[in-house]
Amino acid sequence: MMERYDIHRSIPAILLALLVAATIFYAFVEVGFGEAKVDEEGSVSNRFISNSTQETGSSNFVTAVVVNYRGFDTLGEVTVLFLASAGMGAIVSALPAGDKRKRPIPPSLILTAGTRLVLPLIILFGSYVFVHGHLSPGGGFQGGVIIASGLLLYLVIFPEWKAPHKALALSESLAGLSFAGIGIIGLAVGGIFLDNVISGLGEAGMLVSAGLIPLIYIAIGIKVGAEMTGLVARMKGGDA
Amino acid sequence: MMEELFIALWVIMSILAIAMAIHAVLSRDLIKATILMAGVSLIASFLFVLLRAPDVAMAEASIGSALTAIILVLAIRNTKRFEEGGGEK
Repeated sequence: MMERYDIHRSIPAILLALLVAATIFYAFVEVGFGEAKVDEEGSVSNRFISNSTQETGSSNFVTAVVVNYRGFDTLGEVTVLFLASAGMGAIVSALPAGDKRKRPIPPSLILTAGTRLVLPLIILFGSYVFVHGHLSPGGGFQGGVIIASGLLLYLVIFPEWKAPHKALALSESLAGLSFAGIGIIGLAVGGIFLDNVISGLGEAGMLVSAGLIPLIYIAIGIKVGAEMTGLVARMKGGDA
Repeated sequence: MMEELFIALWVIMSILAIAMAIHAVLSRDLIKATILMAGVSLIASFLFVLLRAPDVAMAEASIGSALTAIILVLAIRNTKRFEEGGGEK
């Protein structure tokens, strides 16, 4: 029980950690702080930086890469998330019901009142982040996770709250279908999956611009938000 | 002048993050360790902002410090708050 922590057993681990740290340090010591590692004329990143706003109409070129140039990869990423959520649900639903003997300490008035006050603001902010994904930092994934963290804060503070799993699954599926549907519309009209030419690109920097990028990011935001909420709510216990 | 300030901020934040991480590993109170871990993620997201990667910073702040902490808090609530056995600290 009171056995002292034996430092000798950790020596290989410490040496390995130091080795990894030294390797990373050696790899990046030549690069100035905050400077670009690749700074040549024809590099891919420079092409994205200089051309993405004209080509996609999105002011945020991270969004242009994630949703437009690499949109198919993003669809795969969303699919991975869906599989994780589905697998989690399958495992948790097979487990026996949770132990109900232990009652958590009831939260104080400050926590409950503060959560009720702050939850709408968190959801509003999350929606703002994914609606403005093509204009400002952030996007569907970040906005969705912000919404999910708000709803899960509610779940932590009010443990008796049951997550509406049917509604979550429905919105998740509809959002995923609309992402794939937008891609198929692009295939039908422009000949390229997730093609961005159906509607005009609009003026870069406006809320309604960048063609289909905002629609895709709204779908991703709803999907990620619903998925993350459902996933963690299932982990809460056998009763969720 | 700005450059030195920037690097000083970077070094202070990094040292703080490492100290919090070590404290989180050694702590027996798992709620405390969770909060410290969330703090490390928050500092990491601040450093991403300094490196002009606000998209990554938002993901790190929301996933690392909110979602992971909530999962761990739910797990701790269903088990025990204090770690047992092993050495003392």
